[in-house]
Amino acid sequence: MMAMIQALFLRDIRLARRVGGGATLGVVFFLILITIMPFAIGPDLVLLARIGPAVLWIAALLATLLGLDRLFQSDCDDGSLDALRASDLPLEVIVLVKCLAHWMMTGLPLVVAAPAFGVMLGLEPDALWGVTVSLLAGTPALTCLGAIGAALTVSLRRGGLLLAILILPFSIPVLIFGVSAAEAASGGTIPFATPFLILCALSLMALVLAPLAGAQALRQMDE
Amino acid sequence: MQFHSLLTMGIFENLWGILLADASSHAFGPALGLSVHDLGVMRGARSVLAGLSFDVTAGEALIVAGPNGAGKSTLLRSLAGLLPLCAGHITLSGVGAPDEDGDIDHARYVHYLGHKDGLKSALTAAENLNFWAAMMARDSSLGLFANKALTSTEALARMGLAHALDVPVAYLSAGQTRRVALARLLVAHRPIWLLDEPTTALDTASQLRVRDIMCAHLGEGGIVIAATHTELGLSSARELNLRPLTSGASS
Repeated sequence: MMAMIQALFLRDIRLARRVGGGATLGVVFFLILITIMPFAIGPDLVLLARIGPAVLWIAALLATLLGLDRLFQSDCDDGSLDALRASDLPLEVIVLVKCLAHWMMTGLPLVVAAPAFGVMLGLEPDALWGVTVSLLAGTPALTCLGAIGAALTVSLRRGGLLLAILILPFSIPVLIFGVSAAEAASGGTIPFATPFLILCALSLMALVLAPLAGAQALRQMDE
Repeated sequence: MQFHSLLTMGIFENLWGILLADASSHAFGPALGLSVHDLGVMRGARSVLAGLSFDVTAGEALIVAGPNGAGKSTLLRSLAGLLPLCAGHITLSGVGAPDEDGDIDHARYVHYLGHKDGLKSALTAAENLNFWAAMMARDSSLGLFANKALTSTEALARMGLAHALDVPVAYLSAGQTRRVALARLLVAHRPIWLLDEPTTALDTASQLRVRDIMCAHLGEGGIVIAATHTELGLSSARELNLRPLTSGASS
């Protein structure tokens, strides 16, 4: 079983690296979102530093959605999904492994890039640290929630927009606690641990929910 | 050919299979047999298959024929466990141990190759096959066909594609891609092959190769169920003719 998980994980990583740039594309999109923000808001460093964590979180949310619609659709289109379902690996585990591989290639690069992009928004070191840690804890939840949407829209040709409409409302709790954890790190009335632990809980819940709901949605696809 | 005559024929052949079982010890055990009883499948609100019964035993090929829309692909997908049945049951005998319900999960013993090839165009032929070999590898504790699987190189050579080992599938022609997909049948062995139009886009030489690997599989006591419009050249194949159901009615 571990050999199967490894084979699937490595295949998805390899595909992400070969097709469409994978990791770099998401980070470049993230960078562009961060870069255009001061143009819209104006060069007020105090204001930018204050809303910086929220800007980084919204940009990360949008960058995570990028490419998520193809998570199962590419496998469905070329028939791989039928064959995957015939393997001994439960469909729930397949969904989980694909989520992890996708997060490694899109979510993790965003976390790594976040401190550098935070400097562009004039964030203090404390806030930089808070944003990075909260993104590390929160982006798995975004990927997992998105995977449910990807499984539901797997047979739709233009499912990307529908996926965003379905998933963005459910990502609001993650956004609230992610941003408040990031802001709590740079001083505030609440301790950092309070929103951060809730954020971790949301991620763990999504990690459990996504394989179950995703697998069920994929099974219903044929009917 | 009518269903009932096929059914009786199936029963006789099933008996033969059981009688002959002791004499010829097949690679997959004595009496591999797939028995479909009163199968019914719905797609949406429409009944596509109803009241379908047949038996296939070890070493036997069943050609599913019929006009477009008769339900050939639906039958193969339901046999592969990809579609839920709304009536009837599929029983498999001669492999593995039954679970607590006394059933054998037949989907674990089939190799389904549909219209789509299940190959990633960005990966090379060898990478694709190595992935499927790892993904569909079977625990040898099942005692079956654990040593039957070929390596990717051997399987591609059998399909006449030894030179395409390190070529990304995107650069292969339609027929070559199909041959890589067929090589998947060889890198992970399953006793029952479900093939949907296996010879699409294949040239004459490749069609003969497909016939050869199917004959070899049947010779080892496997089962081949293929939906096709072209002659596969299997001498001993039986034919199952499907007719489209008129909407709402059950035959």
